[in-house]
Amino acid sequence: MHMHKFEKIWLIFGVGCLIFFLTTVGVSAFYLGNKPPSCLTTVNPEKVDQTKPFDKPGLHKVEGKDWDYELVYVAQAFSYNPAQVKVPLGAKVRVIATTKDVVHGFEVAGTNINMMLEPGYVSEYTTTFDKAGEYLIVCNEYCGAGHHLMSSKIEVVE
Amino acid sequence: MVNSAVSKIKVDPRDAKLSMAHFYVAFIALALGGLMGLLQTLVRSGKYELPGGIGYYQILTVHGVMMGLVLTTFFIMGFQYAAVSRTAGTHSNAARRTGWIGFWTMTAGTAMAATMVLLNKASVLYTFYAPLQAHWIFYLGLTLVVVGSWIDGAAQIMTYAKWRKNNPGKPSPLLSFMAVINTVLWIVATLGVAATVLFQLLPWSLGLVDTVDVLVSRTLFWYFGHPLVYFWLLPAYMCWYTIIPKIIGGKIFSDSLARLSFILFLLFSIPVGFHHQLTEPGIDPAWKFFQVVLTFMVVIPSLMTAFSLFATFERYGRSKGATGLFGWFKVLPWGDARFTVPFIGMASFIPAGAGGIINASNQMDQVVHNTIWITGHFHLTAATSVVLTFFGISYWLIPHLTGRKLTKAMNKLGIIQGWVWFIGMVFMSGAMHFEGLLGGPRRSAFSTYGGAKQAAEWIPYQIAQAVGGSILFLGIILVLIIFINLAFFAPKGEEEFPVGEAENPQESAPMVFENWKLWLGITAALILFAYTIPFIDIIQNAPPGSKGFKTW
Amino acid sequence: MAKAELKTKHKTEIEDSSSLKGTLASVFLLGFFIIITWVSVYYLFVERF
Ligand code: HEM
Ligand SMILES: [Cu+2]
Ligand SMILES: [Cu+2]
Repeated sequence: MHMHKFEKIWLIFGVGCLIFFLTTVGVSAFYLGNKPPSCLTTVNPEKVDQTKPFDKPGLHKVEGKDWDYELVYVAQAFSYNPAQVKVPLGAKVRVIATTKDVVHGFEVAGTNINMMLEPGYVSEYTTTFDKAGEYLIVCNEYCGAGHHLMSSKIEVVE
Repeated sequence: MVNSAVSKIKVDPRDAKLSMAHFYVAFIALALGGLMGLLQTLVRSGKYELPGGIGYYQILTVHGVMMGLVLTTFFIMGFQYAAVSRTAGTHSNAARRTGWIGFWTMTAGTAMAATMVLLNKASVLYTFYAPLQAHWIFYLGLTLVVVGSWIDGAAQIMTYAKWRKNNPGKPSPLLSFMAVINTVLWIVATLGVAATVLFQLLPWSLGLVDTVDVLVSRTLFWYFGHPLVYFWLLPAYMCWYTIIPKIIGGKIFSDSLARLSFILFLLFSIPVGFHHQLTEPGIDPAWKFFQVVLTFMVVIPSLMTAFSLFATFERYGRSKGATGLFGWFKVLPWGDARFTVPFIGMASFIPAGAGGIINASNQMDQVVHNTIWITGHFHLTAATSVVLTFFGISYWLIPHLTGRKLTKAMNKLGIIQGWVWFIGMVFMSGAMHFEGLLGGPRRSAFSTYGGAKQAAEWIPYQIAQAVGGSILFLGIILVLIIFINLAFFAPKGEEEFPVGEAENPQESAPMVFENWKLWLGITAALILFAYTIPFIDIIQNAPPGSKGFKTW
Repeated sequence: MAKAELKTKHKTEIEDSSSLKGTLASVFLLGFFIIITWVSVYYLFVERF
């Protein structure tokens, strides 16, 4: 099997690019902590309201953790609880969410907070809210007739 | 290997009939799905509401099922069945009977699933994610589609096996080899979806069990979902590698490298399903990243394909006396729909592939996951690269099978159709990509989200999508006109089934490519390696199961 | 100017009909396109919280 010299050059270049991409995201994920949301905690989907921290949805200041606040959401067709929340600018926040019924999305539009909520699982993502403004949370996984009405709001304020 | 006498070979009329049966179903699906697509873009523009209380998600389910599952599977099986008949010889009666059984099983399954969707008992979209619970007949219908496709594919494998037996020690005809790779890829991939439907969703929707393990079901689904898109793509690659060279009057750049790239697709397109689950809980990030690495491996055969295609074109152009760096580009047969339409598909694969690499880049998925960017992405890959190539194939294959001719007028209409599609897609897919980067969600009817500022920014893009959707629908009407003409009205005659010859026919492909034990073994090993440990983790750490919901 | 013209002319004359330099140029353009789009979206990822 014969391969043209130019094709070899191209494949070396192409594979080089792929390695570059992989190294960039790999280092970012595993050394800088930018892994995609992959929380392994589970919860009984029928007892969400009685289970900590979902018994108290909303923003809570916490002490002695790597983050300053916990922002807890409970999703169900077709709403998020809380429906609106104010977060201080520059706060390091752990967003913690789950669903009581079907699969939902949890996307804070215009940010990297974008995770699936699946019954029985807790989804978490930690980030620093470093840009002021109003952010729309949309459900981006089909969940039923009211899917496009399912939203919430975050205001990042000074 | 393939000499010029062979190029006159016609697909046996009995085989042609079965292929055509597939194409009727495929083009009916295209018509229905196309209408739904148009309606979706209109609804999403905010200027139009569906009549009679029909739900957006019901028509979206019809669109996804018709386009993503029915059109593709039926077209591919029909095309590959004809391609094997053309290059490995007429199917035996047994193989043909098998093919018909497969065809009717798939058709019956499609009818069952479609009925449930139309009765609004299965508005669960074509991905039917649990714990949304459709009617059990919907799941049973899907099972029949999958099982039918196995039987259908078995016909191709039987004829390939017969050829191998009659020609010991010789590499099989390239097109047959590719068809069989794709069929094998499909069978291995559909094991996942068959498992979740048969063992989880069907008993659960029948009420035999109360709950379902959602993450297991999703993982099985995506084990299937990624190779599914390669199952769509490989027939297009077959056309690009082996048929386009013949149409333009050039040569296949390298028979062996074409085979090698197909083998790589078989190996690497399955153990990568986690790249659709990158933002999901319950899966270890290290295993996600591992599958991301394997996903990048599957880019390599596409890099090889890009080179081969450009090389075929350049060699051909230079043989026609073209000079300079890009002179060959101008002398390509732009007036031939059989070339131009698939060519537009190939060109679309450049942005499509670039987008795919972005989607697969681990945490970068957070920027685009489940935004309308994704819809823009697969309307380039599937709804442009793949379907335009399928249309280009139809323009000679349908008349070949029906004993008619592609007339000058239809050829012209075909070219117009290709460009109309291209323009429509630039608007629709382009707007989807940009809206997605701004966060606009996919699978969503029109919504102002309570007057949110961000949502207001998305609306102009949605209007652009409706413009694109309308142009695309015009494209669908043109294809249907051409299809009906070629199937029933075009003048009788002979249309060639073009199959290219390799540039170096004396350099025959290494026999190791036909060593199925080896390739299936490596495929299985890679799958086991990529999935066993995370799958055991998912099962061992499973939360209580979910009961079914009907939220539509 | 005249000299440059002469040079290119000379080049096309000796152009080998089996040359694949157009192919090489094309695939590299494709490669650069991939890099540019990838880096743009990576930038968005880094830029956003
Ligand atoms: C007239 C041409 C077409 C138009 C106007 C169109 C339009 C659309 C739109 C607007 C959506 C997204 C809706 C949403 O996410 O809310 C969509 C989804 C989809 N389209 Fe198309 N499309 C067309 C052709 C095709 C073709 C030819 C294929 C397949 C080969 C296809 C496959 C799909 C699939 C699989 C989905 C996803 C459905 C889902 O998310 O459940 N489309 N289409
Ligand atoms: Cu939703
Ligand atoms: Cu994929």
